[in-house]
Amino acid sequence: MLKIEQKANGSELVFALEGRLDTTTAPQLENELKKSLSGVESLIFEFEALEYISSAGLRVLLSSQKQMNKQGEMVIRNVRPEIMEIFDVTGFSDILTIE
Amino acid sequence: MTFSGRISCGKEEHVKELKIGARIDNLDQVIAFVDENLEAADCSMKAQMQIDVAVEEIFVNIAQYAYTPKEGEAVIQLDTETVPGAAIITFIDSGIPFNPLAVEEPDVTLSAKDRKVGGLGIFMVRRSMDDVQYEYADNKNILTIKKNI
Repeated sequence: MLKIEQKANGSELVFALEGRLDTTTAPQLENELKKSLSGVESLIFEFEALEYISSAGLRVLLSSQKQMNKQGEMVIRNVRPEIMEIFDVTGFSDILTIE
Repeated sequence: MTFSGRISCGKEEHVKELKIGARIDNLDQVIAFVDENLEAADCSMKAQMQIDVAVEEIFVNIAQYAYTPKEGEAVIQLDTETVPGAAIITFIDSGIPFNPLAVEEPDVTLSAKDRKVGGLGIFMVRRSMDDVQYEYADNKNILTIKKNI
């Protein structure tokens, strides 16, 4: 289960995720991002309530990072330690901006 | 004919087993089976999440590639007793032979621009588990992961 909440404020867009970002839920996030990223200069992921991420979720983060490198910036906030561990193992902590 | 292989002999009593269709929509059931048994074994949260990620990568891989374009079954065995303080999980499928340990590892030091979007799954399994072994026996892929919990 993944709950996605979007908050837009001008060219800033916040995606708050709750639950699990895995093989079954990652396509849901991918679709919402596809619909919403046009004109966004600042994309913020709020990860406080995200409990789990697998490589399917990492793939979505990487493609949105690539997209945002072209049109602005992307930040991930409030990452839980278990998920930070996965970012570290996969080298994603060097690619992503984590606050 | 007598055969002493562990598959033909079945599993030992304390090994929990799930036989399930190798389909992505069964992923939640697979994770629930694993979590239930890890929780019963007092697994740490961190180890449980790493095991969940590994199990997802391996099961999804079987679901996507082992039997394509047909469908088949995956057997998942979980043993938290043989080695005290460790979980040993075995994945068995009868699909096309595939050794995930022979796949080249992605370069995780590249920038976002140069990073490829795929190839991360098995890499994460290898990095986060304490041991990963593959064998092909009796027309079956047998992948075993071990994690200290």
